[in-house]
Amino acid sequence: MRKNSLVFLAGIVIVLALGFLMPWLLRNPFYFFAGYVVLQYVTIATGWNILGGYAGYINFGAAGFFGAGVYLSAFLFTSFGLPLPLCILAAAIVGAILGVLMGYLTLRIQGVYFAIATLGLVVVLETIVHNISGLGGASGMAVYGPRPPAWSPGPSQYNFTVMVVIAVVSVALARWVEISWIGRGLRAVRASEDAAECSGVPTLRLKLVACALSGAVLAAAGAPYPFYTSFVEPVTAFSLIIGLNAIAMPLIGGTRTWVGPVIGALLLASVQQIATVTISSELNILFVGAVLIAFVAFAPGGISDLFGRKKGRARL
Amino acid sequence: MLSIDILLNAIVTGILLGSVYASLALGLGITFGILHIPNIAHPTLVVAGAFFVYTLTQWGLDPIVAALIGLVPFYLLGVVLYAFYSAVFERKGGANVLQSLTLFFGLSLVIEILLSLGFGSELKSVSVSYIGSSLKLGVLTVPYRLLIPALLAPVTIAAVWFYLSRTNSGTAIRAVAHEERALSIAGLNPASVKRHAFGIATATAVIAGAALIMVGPIEPFAGRYQIGRVFAIVVLAGMGSIPGSLVIAIIIGIAEALVSSYLNPSWSPGVAFAILLLGLALRPQGLFGAAR
Amino acid sequence: MTEAVLSLKGVEKRFGSFRALGPVDLDVGAGERLGIIGPNGSGKTTLINCITGVYRPDSGSVFFEGRDISHLQAHKRARMGIARSFQIPRPFIGMTVFENLLVPLDYCHVEGSRHERARAVLASVGLSGRSSDPSEKLTQLELRKLELARALVGNPKVLIADEAMAGLSEEEIDEVLAILLALNRSGVAVIMIEHIMHAVMRFSERVVCFETGRLIAAGTSSEIAENPLVQKVYFGE
Repeated sequence: MRKNSLVFLAGIVIVLALGFLMPWLLRNPFYFFAGYVVLQYVTIATGWNILGGYAGYINFGAAGFFGAGVYLSAFLFTSFGLPLPLCILAAAIVGAILGVLMGYLTLRIQGVYFAIATLGLVVVLETIVHNISGLGGASGMAVYGPRPPAWSPGPSQYNFTVMVVIAVVSVALARWVEISWIGRGLRAVRASEDAAECSGVPTLRLKLVACALSGAVLAAAGAPYPFYTSFVEPVTAFSLIIGLNAIAMPLIGGTRTWVGPVIGALLLASVQQIATVTISSELNILFVGAVLIAFVAFAPGGISDLFGRKKGRARL
Repeated sequence: MLSIDILLNAIVTGILLGSVYASLALGLGITFGILHIPNIAHPTLVVAGAFFVYTLTQWGLDPIVAALIGLVPFYLLGVVLYAFYSAVFERKGGANVLQSLTLFFGLSLVIEILLSLGFGSELKSVSVSYIGSSLKLGVLTVPYRLLIPALLAPVTIAAVWFYLSRTNSGTAIRAVAHEERALSIAGLNPASVKRHAFGIATATAVIAGAALIMVGPIEPFAGRYQIGRVFAIVVLAGMGSIPGSLVIAIIIGIAEALVSSYLNPSWSPGVAFAILLLGLALRPQGLFGAAR
Repeated sequence: MTEAVLSLKGVEKRFGSFRALGPVDLDVGAGERLGIIGPNGSGKTTLINCITGVYRPDSGSVFFEGRDISHLQAHKRARMGIARSFQIPRPFIGMTVFENLLVPLDYCHVEGSRHERARAVLASVGLSGRSSDPSEKLTQLELRKLELARALVGNPKVLIADEAMAGLSEEEIDEVLAILLALNRSGVAVIMIEHIMHAVMRFSERVVCFETGRLIAAGTSSEIAENPLVQKVYFGE
């Protein structure tokens, strides 16, 4: 256990160091442009899995949380000139509040209602943004990002490094939840809510905690997006593919541990980044949808379960 | 007195819209309300039904006739969908709600993309002589485009309701969710009853699709905006209550029409979800369901 | 009887117009072995659910160690010392047997080392050898034992065993009875809900019989066995 944590810590340090050093080593900005998206999906898949994987509550509205993060950060930056780290923090807080709100309204009933309600979250938020002219309404708004600091060679490299940090923090958070008493309680909830409650687990409160953390990570994943694209519009901020990937990546990688969503996201997002050059976005969605169906139907444990087979491993 | 005219028109439009929504929710009332299968792909199946009707009207057929023709292929589609669903899940000793939700989510995306690859992403509409103009009654202006589908819905709902409550196989469907064992003792195969029910539910999607495309032009991804409405209707009506669903649908229709007239039409997609969330928070067991 | 650890006063539960339970008055003494019998649908499960907090009674109150707990949530009651096992075992699948026991230990206050406590309880039910196996791999008997182990690991004061022996063989029933008796000797009150008559009669100091939501008879095992009302419920006229 101790040893595992040390290895994990070392991994974090290496990834962070690479995040800061790579921009000086690699010339071609395309890598950072594509790498940003892959890392964004690592964050999204990880955030989704805190609730969907550990507790077993499916959130179809990841795009809602993501889009909320996108618009909040765009608004705070263009209106008040808030620095990027504070925009990310603000997005995480609003995402957490949104998560608790959703959870409080629907979690007392059954998982299926929570899932349906999250489908609605995207539509509701998109409707709201459409109707606020200050946010550009349906036509969107341009965002002129901050100048990258001296330690980063250019804007796309800077965005990349920021996303590395967000992804690492998210994965560390997910891992902490997983190995702590929270994670054990959530897994008990997933297995049997009644038995968990009768074992002293405050199930509702625990699910709300998971909603908050998950919502915070999903919204934080969206916060740097306006600076990445320099333009935000409802269609891309609340995009279908985000909601789909958020579910497909953990399910493909495996939902039981923090590794699953990371593997799923790295695989699927890389394939998508390579594929966007050659195929249309529609075929992209078709591909992910088909893979998702295949995994749900035939390999519900995901890749980590197909290969690792470490089901019986005790987490103490 | 202009505002009263607007109010009256909004209410009448809302009632007619609600009636159309009720037909959209009808199939879900069977799959989710009675069989407890969370088929979130139903609105997409309705859109697929609309495109089926659109295709036949391009060949010169009347949309209602096209919908009636579509009943057979859509029934079969439903049977196949259920067969796949049960082969995947029910064999493993009961379906996991979350997995089946994900399955239908993936399915609806695949259907949407196939529609958009086949038909393009532009809006499609049907034009028939009898839905061109409007019926004028004093201050009321009711477009036939809305009136005809709104009349189609209660007929379909009544037919399904009659079938479920008055015929033997309909009773078997209502029984299957609760008394699966009793059903097999009575010599009926629960799996085939459910397959049949899923077929009927999917068949209603083509009628609802015809109604939807008559009301207004439609694109492959239109199902997403119906999910809130249809689930709000089924859940708040109290799972499986078909007369209740008509009442809830009309309430939602009126609410949307009022919001469109007095606020802005762009707000109306959020109305159904707001009603659903409030309903779930305040009365989880549904408005018409028995308290448990 | 010693002082009541658990006490129900006029507890009643309805589902719509159907009265599933009550009104019921029932005391359970500290360290008592109480058997509850009654045909299916007689309100036994509703009774447990009212005690453990899955349901809130429509009227009446539940007292635990003299305190009114009618409005407490189930997990709070579990932490106070009301534990239960489920009729159909509900292991926390995806976790090992050992981890299953850590869940209540995470959330209920227990003195001393949690890991030692979990190991001791596993040994006491004879599951030590299965400690690091996934809980979904257990046999029916082992699942029953895990249910009991998970219920008693948090040092409860009352344990409700809901048909803990259904479907087991005679030897297996003896094994489970031995576990429950040993637990009871350490001072825990055990409420046994059971259809297997000889087991519940052998185990209980006092037996109560339910029928259509009402308590129709109470007494020692032999008194209950000879009670005409009980005989009528079980054997008809």
